[in-house]
Amino acid sequence: MTIEDERPPTTRGARRTAHELERYERLFAARTRGMRSSAMREMMALTERPEVISLAGGLPDTSTFPPELYARLMAQVAADSTARALQYGPTEGMAAAMECVVQVMAEEGTAVGIEEMIVTTGGQQVIDLVCKTLIDPGDVIVAEAPTYPGAVPTFGAYQADVVQIEMDAHGMPIDALRDTLDRLQREGRRPKFIYTIPNFQNPGGVTMSLERRRELVAMARERELLVLEDNPYGLLRYEGQPLPTLYSLDAANADRDGKSDFVIYLGTFSKILSPGIRLGWAVAPRPVLEKLNLGKQGADLCSSSMTQLFVATYFREHDWRGYLRELRDLYRARRDAMLEALAAHFGEEARWSTPQGGLFVWATLPDYIDTTNLLAQCTNVAFVPGRAAYMDAEGRLGASSMRLNFAGLPEEEIREGIGRIAAMAERPMRVFGTVTKTPRPTKQSAARQRQPEQDAAETGADEGLADVVQLRRGRANR
Amino acid sequence: MRVTVLQGGRSLERGVSLRSGTHVQEALRRAGHEVLALDPGPELVARLREQVPDAVFVALHGSDGENGTVQGLLELLGIPYTGSGPAACVRATDKALAKHLMGEAGIPTPEFRSFAEESLEGLGLADALGELERSPGYPLVVKPTHGGSALGVKFAADATELPNALVAAFSYDDRVVLERYVKGRDLAVSVLDAAGGPARGLVPIPEPQVLPVVEAIPREQDFYAYESRYEIGMTTFVCPAELPEGIAARAQQLALETYRLLGCHGVARVDLMLAQESEEPTVLETNVVPGLTETSLLPQAADAAGIGFDALVERILQSAFTRG
Repeated sequence: MTIEDERPPTTRGARRTAHELERYERLFAARTRGMRSSAMREMMALTERPEVISLAGGLPDTSTFPPELYARLMAQVAADSTARALQYGPTEGMAAAMECVVQVMAEEGTAVGIEEMIVTTGGQQVIDLVCKTLIDPGDVIVAEAPTYPGAVPTFGAYQADVVQIEMDAHGMPIDALRDTLDRLQREGRRPKFIYTIPNFQNPGGVTMSLERRRELVAMARERELLVLEDNPYGLLRYEGQPLPTLYSLDAANADRDGKSDFVIYLGTFSKILSPGIRLGWAVAPRPVLEKLNLGKQGADLCSSSMTQLFVATYFREHDWRGYLRELRDLYRARRDAMLEALAAHFGEEARWSTPQGGLFVWATLPDYIDTTNLLAQCTNVAFVPGRAAYMDAEGRLGASSMRLNFAGLPEEEIREGIGRIAAMAERPMRVFGTVTKTPRPTKQSAARQRQPEQDAAETGADEGLADVVQLRRGRANR
Repeated sequence: MRVTVLQGGRSLERGVSLRSGTHVQEALRRAGHEVLALDPGPELVARLREQVPDAVFVALHGSDGENGTVQGLLELLGIPYTGSGPAACVRATDKALAKHLMGEAGIPTPEFRSFAEESLEGLGLADALGELERSPGYPLVVKPTHGGSALGVKFAADATELPNALVAAFSYDDRVVLERYVKGRDLAVSVLDAAGGPARGLVPIPEPQVLPVVEAIPREQDFYAYESRYEIGMTTFVCPAELPEGIAARAQQLALETYRLLGCHGVARVDLMLAQESEEPTVLETNVVPGLTETSLLPQAADAAGIGFDALVERILQSAFTRG
């Protein structure tokens, strides 16, 4: 047994401790203590095996991109601009790539000019740069609960104090947000920005309603707070009407012509084209954009010229909207396969979101099942345990939930994967039933599961029960 | 000497094992050995036959590496290996067996019950769970019988918390141990066979060396600390522990007795609890393949005893050739 590993040694009193062992520990910055690791991460390493059906990734399916097209586009890049492709580019990004961003944003109903944006190394870099620009240790970030698991280590690394607000079927409840901001103000704490994924939220799968979008931007304006609008999946909508971006709603309220004052917009090519090209972007008010750009200079000078030229060539030479339609058809069918499999395999014990788009379903098992424990038993299937989406130090919130990716795998594998999870969940359900002498509920009908509105209401907390989850900075920060 | 380091594996402690293995490899190379590494899988036997090592250094934590499976395999192949043999591994990693043995030998260990999942339903054990109230009594710590990861270890303050704790523990094992929670200070004592090891023939066997006591101090004092102590950054360590002379000596004596009782060889780490009420150390469990990363407890304790990491690794390597 090796529980002691990674635990830092300490000196206390005049006793001698192992200098050699402290060699690096003494050099590490305080913020590294906010970089959480856990037994869960160890476990995720075990899932990287060929026999494992992984529903854990955040992956789009890149196998749908035609290899001949890729070869042709790269050859075109070489013929047109080998020297530029192999050279550094401007920190803020190449104009040719920015023109593509303008097209994508227009498709989302949001008008922007290239002078309002920077191109970044994936959307993830925007989260990092926004924290770098805005967050001093102890500053507050208000986020949804659950929140994007990939943002959790970034917030931790900047020693942010994250306050999460439990979502309901329509996203973050604005009255809960208002109460939280009021309370923070009374306590003399400084919220710097509100982090939200309004469309098909990762991992919750819910979409913020139009009414709440309007209220959110109005509140940000009233209190002069920034909103980080993370919108990687907006164009991956499989049903229902698209909703306006927070950026466009705030821009409509602004004095300046068509430019938002309080929304930083994060976009990415990862889900509509390829995560391998590592290209995203930020659109932000000018003073914020300038700081982000300075931060990016320090981080990586510029994003890849090669892939920016690839994107520019792709948008010029190919029907990118057509490819997006193909992706939507493919992912819609996969989402349906997952929802059907969940309905077929789980009884009343489980509930799950019915996302109108995006890549993820958020499923919640009975509270006596800890999905981290469940994952440990699953030798041939993987998912992201829910607690990865919460920032509480004890890891108690979200413990019974899991994030399931439906976009990256063919339908048969999705069905098989859900079946394997259900088979593993049998055991804890049996043990609990025996110990507590409670009969098992029956399986719910598949028909019931196909009512999006009703099911959406089952996501996370029930509507009306939305609660503010107050989270201390992880103990690791102390 | 050609040494193969076994590291990785499929257990929940794979990551830690890989780090232990890397450090061991570096130390062995500095000592001039020819070093190979192996991540066990279906090819293990074939690869060992290709490599033909003079010795195998077992740096596998959890499941196969610690429960005697790999050790039995190495004996079958006739390859010398570090650390305890299959019998000691079985005795140490089965927490119920280890506690029964300690109880019989008069080594203090918290009161406990142990049972199998199948008996819950198959023998109607679920009807008898109320008896736990009386003995061992709450609060209880519920643990999977095997396995060294913190996963599945749950604290149950009272009977209402028992079902969830059982569900968690049974997620990792068919058998669980329900142990009376002892409030107190977390101690660990590592035992290392003497340099040169037990010589054969007429030379008397030197005593194993008992290393200084390490104390693990949770940063937040609550019941959950029992579970969260395994989380990084939530615990600090002090070595040698600041204890009254008699208590440190008593903890070391118990560790040595446990080491001998279980028949450990080469190295082991014994975890104890210094009970707040009685001020007596009590033995929780024994780890036959303790971690060897740069911040692990065993290297810290060795260092406090004046044994550097390279010397520690060499000492453990020698245990491959001193098996009685």
